[in-house]
Amino acid sequence: MSVQESMQETSYLEYKGKHKGIFSWIFSTDHKRIGLLYLFSIMSFFIIGATLGLLMKFELIAPGKTIMTAQAYNAFFTLHGIIMIFAVVIPGLPAVFGNFLLPIMIGAKDVAFPRINLLSWYLYVAGVSLVVISQFTGQGPPDTGWTFYAPYSFRTAGNMLPAVFGAFVLGFSSILTGLNFLVTIHRMRAPGMTWFKMPLFPWSLYATAWVQLLATPIIGITLLMIIAERTLHIGFFDPTLGGDPLLYQHLFWTYSHPAVYIMILPAMGAISEIITTFSHKTIFGYKFMVASILAIAFVGYFVWGHHMFTSGMSGTALYTFSLLTFLVAIPSAIKVFNWISTMHKGSIDLQTPFYWAMAFIFVFMIGGFSGLILGSLAANVHLHNTHFVVAHFHFIVFGGTGFAFFGAMHYWFPKITGKMYDTKWANIGLILFFVGFITLYGPMFYLGFKGMPRRYYDYDEVFHAGNIISTMGSWVLYSGAAIIIINLFSSLKSGSKAPADPWGGKTLEWTTASPPPVENFEETPVITKGPYDYK
Amino acid sequence: MSLITETHRDDLASKTGMWLFLFTEMLLFGGLFIVYSVYRFRNPEAFHQAAHELSVFIGTANTIILLISSSTIAMSVTAIQKKNKKLALLLLGITILLGVAFLVNKYFEWGGHIKEHIYPGSSVLALRGQGDVLFYGLYFFMTGLHALHIIIGLVFIGFITVFIIKDKIDYSNFALLENSGLYWHLVDLIWIFLFPLFYLIT
Repeated sequence: MSVQESMQETSYLEYKGKHKGIFSWIFSTDHKRIGLLYLFSIMSFFIIGATLGLLMKFELIAPGKTIMTAQAYNAFFTLHGIIMIFAVVIPGLPAVFGNFLLPIMIGAKDVAFPRINLLSWYLYVAGVSLVVISQFTGQGPPDTGWTFYAPYSFRTAGNMLPAVFGAFVLGFSSILTGLNFLVTIHRMRAPGMTWFKMPLFPWSLYATAWVQLLATPIIGITLLMIIAERTLHIGFFDPTLGGDPLLYQHLFWTYSHPAVYIMILPAMGAISEIITTFSHKTIFGYKFMVASILAIAFVGYFVWGHHMFTSGMSGTALYTFSLLTFLVAIPSAIKVFNWISTMHKGSIDLQTPFYWAMAFIFVFMIGGFSGLILGSLAANVHLHNTHFVVAHFHFIVFGGTGFAFFGAMHYWFPKITGKMYDTKWANIGLILFFVGFITLYGPMFYLGFKGMPRRYYDYDEVFHAGNIISTMGSWVLYSGAAIIIINLFSSLKSGSKAPADPWGGKTLEWTTASPPPVENFEETPVITKGPYDYK
Repeated sequence: MSLITETHRDDLASKTGMWLFLFTEMLLFGGLFIVYSVYRFRNPEAFHQAAHELSVFIGTANTIILLISSSTIAMSVTAIQKKNKKLALLLLGITILLGVAFLVNKYFEWGGHIKEHIYPGSSVLALRGQGDVLFYGLYFFMTGLHALHIIIGLVFIGFITVFIIKDKIDYSNFALLENSGLYWHLVDLIWIFLFPLFYLIT
């Protein structure tokens, strides 16, 4: 009995398990500790990826060679892409905040398969290690971009095999996380928590998990085919052997477009939580929010062709993919309208996470609208493979998922660590981050529109001014990110103790102590009300 | 936390998890089936000719072997529920033997092709034209990936057999055995599609 009691009272950070020191973390099957393992690994790779991006921007400050050769630039954007996509934004919110909060928000003690959960972190580390190994072994780092397009990916001398296999392993890790969350949500909701009493963050994780589960195997097999192509010369995608490179693009985007929704859906879920908490008002149109989450996940499977408008498809395919792409905008817009309506007549508490949510909506809308421009066929022909595309997806992937990640970080930081952070520095960091972000990516829309192609270390003199502004933006953005991360780290030591519910949130995670006890709740909660029960 | 994972048991959850995993396996092969259909559509004549060269006899034998092994593992689940440990072990043993027999057949079949210099990257195959290159490329890749699944399945069933011997799996706790059965049925099911695609449709 005493063991049981101590598990209910000690916080998960202080609990003494079988193992000591670092082993109490890397052998722990506690979803909260695994969430933090992911947090630290993902933040480390984020810093590496961001530094690569910073250096790439520095190269682009002037035409011609500034600090790196063309080949080095190719390797840089490849590694930047692989790390940021596969190791940071795809696992990002689900693996960190999903792991930590999903069981707590649905009133469970852990995920359904705690050991598989730990395994997926091991696979994550193994996958990223393979990608890193590819940089330092063989005949030079990969230089294909993160898309591994055929036939170049099996003709280049770059060290592709470990990178491609690493991406495959990362996919496996993502599948296991998704599988775990699906079973957890189906089987482990607290008594009384019906589907429509479930908060929106778990709902978004649920939709995400389906996408992870049903889309990732396609990239898995595609990457295996690339490996077979390189080692065995089978001819799947090699035109000289009868294969079709376009087929590779289809298979690749069949996964990689839904992957965009793996990135953005949990972000939308987290933003929904933040906005309702700081507006002290029930989310507007809860059921529409749920429906739009599911609709985005569903329609997201059928729009992959819009990455290939200029690759050569039939007219019918072009029109269909363009139409479906526009359709995705509808549920996304419903979400934005509902967030705004939630704030209407709410008693808004202006705290750092709320500012992040506002910044999210702003950049997400710019990203979304520019997506509509790219989704229309005529405009796409002009803008394809220009910096306009780079700006668009950074507004969505970094502006959307990244802002939501930092917002979620500031929202749940007191719950996760039991400490409050310094609000003043957090806000200064946010302002720099936001200003830097707009300065960095804003000019890219203009540059792309004027015809500056992506993926070159060099450019024509006419693009010089825009690139100088953009590069200076990268410095501001980077320093903002540094302030945010340093502030959070120093708050771990100096921050004041966080109460169980510092923001007045209503979802289950705020009913338990900060940091939560090992078994999450002293008693299993019984749910009788909706998730956002404000008067 | 180990305390909780050992005491908490939810058989339905573990079966749900297995079914979801099987979805991912189906999609994994689904990607290959798409590639197969595209190239068959583009090279109907070559695929038609090449399919004639595969031994329908070995293919049929392997199909029968897998179907029987699927039924023996299903029967072992029933046997364990009826507390008949010996019969369950016997049936699992037969399943493993049949799986190995499948691989042995596959070995001789592949060996025959390779002796005739028909394998991906061979110059003899390249001379026969692109349709043949694609057909045999897909043939070796898909049946190879399937054989890998057979091997994984055999290892999985091997562990289950040991668990039954050690009484870690018994009539009250057989979700793992059921899951290994589900996996084995999936491997069987994929073969049911591979067999006509490569051997029968000519």
